[in-house]
Amino acid sequence: MTKAGTTVAPADTSARAVRLPHRRGIELALIVLAVLLSVYGYCAVGLARHGTVPPGAAGYGAGLGVLALLAHLAVRLRAPYADPLLLPIGVLLNGLGLVLIYRLDLETPGDRAAPTQLVWSTVGVALFVAVVLMLRDHRVLQRYAYVCVAAALALLILPILFPAVNGARIWIRIAGFSIQPGEFAKVLLAVFFAAYLATNRNALASSGRRVWGLQLPTGRVLGPLLAIWLISVGVLVLERDLGTSLLFFGLFVVLLYVATGLTGWIALGLLLASVGAFAVGWLEPHVHSRVEDWLHPFASIEAGQGPNQLAQSLFAFAAGGVLGTGLGLGHSVLIGFAAKSDFILATAGEELGLAGLSAIFLLYALLVERGYRAGLALRDPFGRLLATGLASIVALQVFVIAGGVGGLIPLTGMAMPFLAQGGSSVVTNWAIVALLIRVSDSAHGQYDDKETP
Amino acid sequence: MTRYIRHAACFCALLLMALLVNAIRVQVFQARAHDTNPANRRENIARYGRERGDILVDGRPVTGSRDTGEQLRYERTYRDGPLYAPVTGFASQEYGTTLLEHTEDPVLSGSDPMLTPFPLWNDFTRRRNPGGDVVTTLDGAAQRAAFRGLAGRKGAVAALEPATGRILALVSSPSYDPGVLSGNSSRVGRSWTWLNANPDKPMLNRAVRQTYPPGSTFKVVTAAAALDAGVIRDVDAPTDSPAPYTLPGTTTSLSNESDGCEDLSLREAFRWSCNTVFAKLGVDVGVRDMTATARAFGFNDDALRVPFSVARSTFDPAVDRAQLALSSIGQYNTRATPLQMAMVSAAVADGGQIRTPYLVERTTTAGGSIVDTAGPRPVRQAMAPETAAVLKELMTQVVTEGTGTNAAIPGAIVGGKTGTAQHGIGNAGMPYAWFVAWAQAERDVQPKVAVAVVVEDASAVRGDITGGGVAAPIARAVMEAVLNSKE
Repeated sequence: MTKAGTTVAPADTSARAVRLPHRRGIELALIVLAVLLSVYGYCAVGLARHGTVPPGAAGYGAGLGVLALLAHLAVRLRAPYADPLLLPIGVLLNGLGLVLIYRLDLETPGDRAAPTQLVWSTVGVALFVAVVLMLRDHRVLQRYAYVCVAAALALLILPILFPAVNGARIWIRIAGFSIQPGEFAKVLLAVFFAAYLATNRNALASSGRRVWGLQLPTGRVLGPLLAIWLISVGVLVLERDLGTSLLFFGLFVVLLYVATGLTGWIALGLLLASVGAFAVGWLEPHVHSRVEDWLHPFASIEAGQGPNQLAQSLFAFAAGGVLGTGLGLGHSVLIGFAAKSDFILATAGEELGLAGLSAIFLLYALLVERGYRAGLALRDPFGRLLATGLASIVALQVFVIAGGVGGLIPLTGMAMPFLAQGGSSVVTNWAIVALLIRVSDSAHGQYDDKETP
Repeated sequence: MTRYIRHAACFCALLLMALLVNAIRVQVFQARAHDTNPANRRENIARYGRERGDILVDGRPVTGSRDTGEQLRYERTYRDGPLYAPVTGFASQEYGTTLLEHTEDPVLSGSDPMLTPFPLWNDFTRRRNPGGDVVTTLDGAAQRAAFRGLAGRKGAVAALEPATGRILALVSSPSYDPGVLSGNSSRVGRSWTWLNANPDKPMLNRAVRQTYPPGSTFKVVTAAAALDAGVIRDVDAPTDSPAPYTLPGTTTSLSNESDGCEDLSLREAFRWSCNTVFAKLGVDVGVRDMTATARAFGFNDDALRVPFSVARSTFDPAVDRAQLALSSIGQYNTRATPLQMAMVSAAVADGGQIRTPYLVERTTTAGGSIVDTAGPRPVRQAMAPETAAVLKELMTQVVTEGTGTNAAIPGAIVGGKTGTAQHGIGNAGMPYAWFVAWAQAERDVQPKVAVAVVVEDASAVRGDITGGGVAAPIARAVMEAVLNSKE
């Protein structure tokens, strides 16, 4: 990702005269491919289960296709220089998620999640279109940093007023819909972090005293940041949503490091993380049991209580092997509760195998890489930090949940971006892609002779 | 800042790389351990996800599969469950498998690699073979006759084809319907508890898994030993045996059910089942030769599989002379399964040869192509052919003019031997009624069936419960069924 290739030409004087390609045709072709792949998956499920193409295949394909086309038109209209990979990856992951949820719906006839997910995807794409059309320049966001942080905190505090669901106070229920405000908060926080650090990074990096080789910033600069971070993490621990807490912390550390370049931050971050993880893992019973499960995934089997969710998840991955059982032919529904949301990756692992799982990981990697590339190409610090932050959110979230269901790290409830059932998550991820489209458009457009930055 | 962004990007790449490595760890290296974890239901789901192959009697399946639509989709069903339970056993989702359902499980469940059209083909396609079928040697008519004859009384019947060792009937009574154990509901659990607590032990396969003192039917073996060892050279010569007979080295005296056994010839003593004569004969033959002959008939062998295992029939080789005397009339530590006694009868019928009994004629794929056939079975000479000829004659006389007249079949030569075995402390238990026999239609060149019947709880007073009265009619019904079945 260090080599920029054709897209980011060296900014010498001759490049000014070159008209950069928009590559919207490539994007359209890839979108068509993504939609076809999703429809193929949908048909494969039906063929495997009933021997016929499911009756809704055409409607499903058309729906996804129309959504993708609308998004594409918005990009064509208002972000012509945007990276052509971002939107197709979003469409493919969203489509694949719908296929997996539809497939799991077949096992739970009383609980159909795919239609709702399609509605939320529509809302997500609508938000995407709205952001691409209305946000002409990402730097506008910098002005609303404090509005963002206020909104983020409000969203984080809101669920405390609502009853807990499955041990975590992270949902609010309005008119039959469950919304997870923490999902939206992470984008708002990323915007705030980026804006704040872009403004204060010099003060953070150079002022203050050196203690033990660490450059400590002055309290005046660090104070507000630390306070906000503490509040958000505190709220999350109160809500017992450790995954999101971990995500915010990771985002905070990454952005601080990128903004200031002080390795001390990494050391401090790791220290804080391990102290926090140890304390919470030891003291909080809900989290403590998760750690125990991670260390001994088969303890419940040995105790004669049958496999727990993590064990079932591992069984599902193992059953997939290298090539997978094929869509519709696995038994990941044995995971039970949250099979369609937190554990959706186990279904992918079982039915698509290591091959399919690697492909999915690579799609995420590509999405993240494209985000970072936009960050590298931009010139304004806010844009760079925003792109880095958004890409890091995706990477960290994928790591936390995929590592959790795969037994790599203790399991913390979190949605797999785009794949998992969950409206707030899908909408948020479309917002992230929209923002990345916007910054990548700026990043590439700034070199074009038409652009006057 | 560019440098730091690149560092952060590398960090994210590392995270995703860790995920990939972890996926390889779980999906490749740990896959087998997870797949075979007993708590992983996938193996069961696959196993019950297709119809189980069938067990066939007379070319018709006596088993079936029922689609429950549940997670473990197909459940075993049985046609005439109690009748064939001692052969099929059960195939339960909860309690495993027994008997043929157990030994032939690889074929029935489809996991046998021999069912695969090409080697490694299924490993590649992840397809599972449909279950294959198991064709038994049973004769349905004989099986039904035996089951009807026992009529729910405690007992067992085993019938063989002497020339081949094919098992024609294997009945245990009282029986149970294995179908009640097939599924995984709470009802299955209750049935299981009830069957196991039942004092009549309906799940005990008395024909092969229960040994009884064979009583007088064991005199066939004793007579064979005496003839083979040369202790008896003329079956019509007096045997110089007192009645009652004082067991050697003791003051215990052995008597007979009937009078006039003193000095009787072997022929007459066999016909009237004189304990005194055979007890003394056993002592005269000696423990070494008695044990050798018993072993040749299949006693003291715990390796017999038909293909499920058969309990070991015993003849105690470490006995003093008094114990040997009792052992020789099928008491003391002499014990036999009904199948073992059918083998004794079959040896007489087939010129002294014993062929290892078997139940599975062949196994086939669901499409009908043959996976495996029984093939010729090992033969063992249990006694000299001349000895067998003499015993054949003696056994025939038992039916024509001795204790076993109830077994006579018009138009057939029938040989038999009755037995009334005492058991329990001080012989206080209800005696077991035995009958072993073979039958040969007059048009045939050799006997077509050998059978052993045991009835445990004859409710009549002692004396009346001799094998001739209770067990012989059952044996006749079974033999008639075999002789009448068209071939």
